[in-house]
Amino acid sequence: MNTPRSALVSILLIASSVCAFAATEADYKAAYAAAEAANKEAAALRNQWTTTAATLAAAKKAADAGDFDAATASAREAEALAKASSFQATSEKERWKDMEIR
Amino acid sequence: MKLRSATQLASAALTLAALTFAAPATAADKIDPVADAKAFKKFFTDKFPKVKLEDFVNGPYSMDEGLHRQWEEKEQFPPYEFSLDMGKEMFTKPFKNGKTYEDCFPNKGIGIRQNYPYFDEKEGKVITLELALNRCREANGEPPISYVRDEMAALTAYMAFTSRGKPFDIKIPNDPRALEAYQRGKEYFYTRRGQLNFSCATCHVQSPGERIRAEVLAPALGIMNAMPIYRSEWSGMGTTSRRFTTCNSQIRGVPLNPQDDEYRDLEYYLSYVSNGLPISGPGARP
Amino acid sequence: MASTIRVRATSNGDITEVQALIQHPMDSGFVKDAKGEIIPPHFIQQLTFEYDGKNVFLADWGGGISKDPYIKFAFKGGKKGDDLKISWLDNKGATDTTTAKIQ
Repeated sequence: MNTPRSALVSILLIASSVCAFAATEADYKAAYAAAEAANKEAAALRNQWTTTAATLAAAKKAADAGDFDAATASAREAEALAKASSFQATSEKERWKDMEIR
Repeated sequence: MKLRSATQLASAALTLAALTFAAPATAADKIDPVADAKAFKKFFTDKFPKVKLEDFVNGPYSMDEGLHRQWEEKEQFPPYEFSLDMGKEMFTKPFKNGKTYEDCFPNKGIGIRQNYPYFDEKEGKVITLELALNRCREANGEPPISYVRDEMAALTAYMAFTSRGKPFDIKIPNDPRALEAYQRGKEYFYTRRGQLNFSCATCHVQSPGERIRAEVLAPALGIMNAMPIYRSEWSGMGTTSRRFTTCNSQIRGVPLNPQDDEYRDLEYYLSYVSNGLPISGPGARP
Repeated sequence: MASTIRVRATSNGDITEVQALIQHPMDSGFVKDAKGEIIPPHFIQQLTFEYDGKNVFLADWGGGISKDPYIKFAFKGGKKGDDLKISWLDNKGATDTTTAKIQ
């Protein structure tokens, strides 16, 4: 539980620090595409999170309203969530045994 | 100094050798449903020594004194009655081609619920009761119905009712595909998912009898026996498919489609480990 | 169509205990559907249990009562074999009524 969480935190910290400058539409589009790709990977692993989809939707909504700073930030967060969900699926392939009744 | 490091080296080598010898035995992890079921039952009966084995099928109502009294009262006039009556009517009402659900099932569908899910060796997959009902419709030229509520709940309520008291009798044939399906179901049960990082076991193995927000959690043993259920939370009936999908979304995981392979395998595992416990469906839950 | 009222009344000689389960959507008028539109209010406003020409239980309900309401109460008197009449009236003017024998 510790490893994925600290990975997620560091991804988020990096994401937010990079957004210190004003984001352009191109930045948003790139971030959104990356997030969607990561979410597709999670889908292939049959382990998407509902919050990923919600954050992607929030990114799109902000972009439609012209707020590319918020849109890019949301898209980056969505990518982090999607990556974390993929990480979860992969690590649980072994870790499920920890919970098994024997 | 040299002697000590030599001894250390020797003991390290011995440990390594021991591990190498021990490794093959655990790596070959044979799928053993019989041992699993035994351990499963022992875990819960040890944890709740005052609960009789057959009472585990009442879920949260067997975990809490106050809830049990409420359950006894509720059973006198259960909220699933309307659905049950509807199911009984539907079961014998002819399709457009004149046949009924009775024609799709052994013994006209009466008293067979405890045999589901089963492994279909021709298809190589697990068949659940809900899946069988929709297949019956499609085989008779009728459109499929939703897996999560209303009509599907009514039909499974009726079939469960005709099997009340009969012990779960799930079979795993001596077919590697069946064993693998069982194993996949078991893995699903213990795998954590969703942003909340819960597995089914997180609530139903680690915390039965305790609360999650305002709800008392049910033990995993016997958890399928009361399906389908009238849930006060839903103000209506829900099927196994409904419960699986809503559980997923509650832990912030995108649910799969009802009757996807994962869910069928999960139902197979959960039903098998509750073999011997009586069918109590349809049920009522908070 | 089958009655929306299921009732069981049992007398121990002194007191009659009544349980009833009524099938009704009991929409409060505050809930929205999947499309975001308000589901119009549709609930039982009056519920009566009549014994020997008198009301032994009368309820004036609002939208706060849940779907498929369950009622349980007891009243003094009531003999085995006697009739108990239950009726309801909802805000759309629909009614249903049923008569049960006290057991």
